[in-house]
Amino acid sequence: MSSIIKKEYDIPANDFSLAGEASSNVRKLLTQLGVYPTVIKRTSIAMYEAELNVVIHGNGGKARVEIFEDKIEILVYDEGPGIEDIELAMKEGYSTAPDFIREMGFGAGMGLSNIKKNSDRFVLESEPNKGTRVYITIYLY
Amino acid sequence: MEVKQIKELITGEVHTCADRMDIVIKSACGADLMSDVMAFSKENAMLLTGLVNPQVIRTAEMMDIQVVVFVRGKKPTAEMCELAEEKGIVLLSTELTMFTACGILYKAGIAGKGSGCE
Ligand SMILES: Nc1ncnc2c1ncn2[C@@H]1O[C@H](COP(=O)(O)OP(=O)(O)O)[C@@H](O)[C@H]1O
Ligand SMILES: [Mg+2]
Repeated sequence: MSSIIKKEYDIPANDFSLAGEASSNVRKLLTQLGVYPTVIKRTSIAMYEAELNVVIHGNGGKARVEIFEDKIEILVYDEGPGIEDIELAMKEGYSTAPDFIREMGFGAGMGLSNIKKNSDRFVLESEPNKGTRVYITIYLY
Repeated sequence: MEVKQIKELITGEVHTCADRMDIVIKSACGADLMSDVMAFSKENAMLLTGLVNPQVIRTAEMMDIQVVVFVRGKKPTAEMCELAEEKGIVLLSTELTMFTACGILYKAGIAGKGSGCE
């Protein structure tokens, strides 16, 4: 099935205050389409956490969003340092975020597990020195 | 409880969306850690926090939080107010500490929803 809407967003590396712009755009799109509020919230949480990770850990990247009749598919990716031990990174509480990120209220190590919790399908691919790709699928109904 | 009553109870100052004082709040969350808000506060429409940066507003937007209260006399910046105004989020501030502000509102009937151990 072909998608109804296809969007691509830049996630800039150096401006932490802009992290969330892409997620905010997708939110508006889903609201306009009349998607259930609970689905919008799950999508928002998952995409925002992925976007934050790209800003905080991935040196910036991109998001590709496709909305189908029955689901939304999101790919958030970067060509940053990648993740050495994916199993460890998925553990709640594990974080390599620097202190200034913690001072801004993030870096508690719950992002990846929170993405997984809010997605219907979640795939994390990463390779050291190559980058990280997070695939999120959420069903609309 | 309407936001205007909340404002009275904590002797708050209104910084944005003064036209939305009739929003009804049933439950709230108090946190300085936005990671916690993202993970454990799915049902609350109000956040009390001592943290002041634009990501507080963005987190509020993602979590459908309609009212943010800055405690301990902290004030949102002009950049934050602009962002909040655009997203229709009410920003309040109070001189009270987190503990006291939460206590007053809890006693007045605002609940705390969500758990730390799902
Ligand atoms: N895009 C990414 N690029 C590199 N490392 C990442 C990326 N996303 C996550 N990580 C690694 O996984 C850890 C856990 O991520 P997460 O659960 O979101 O927690 P947090 O972002 O709070 O550190 C991060 O601290 C980081 O080491
Ligand atoms: Mg994270």
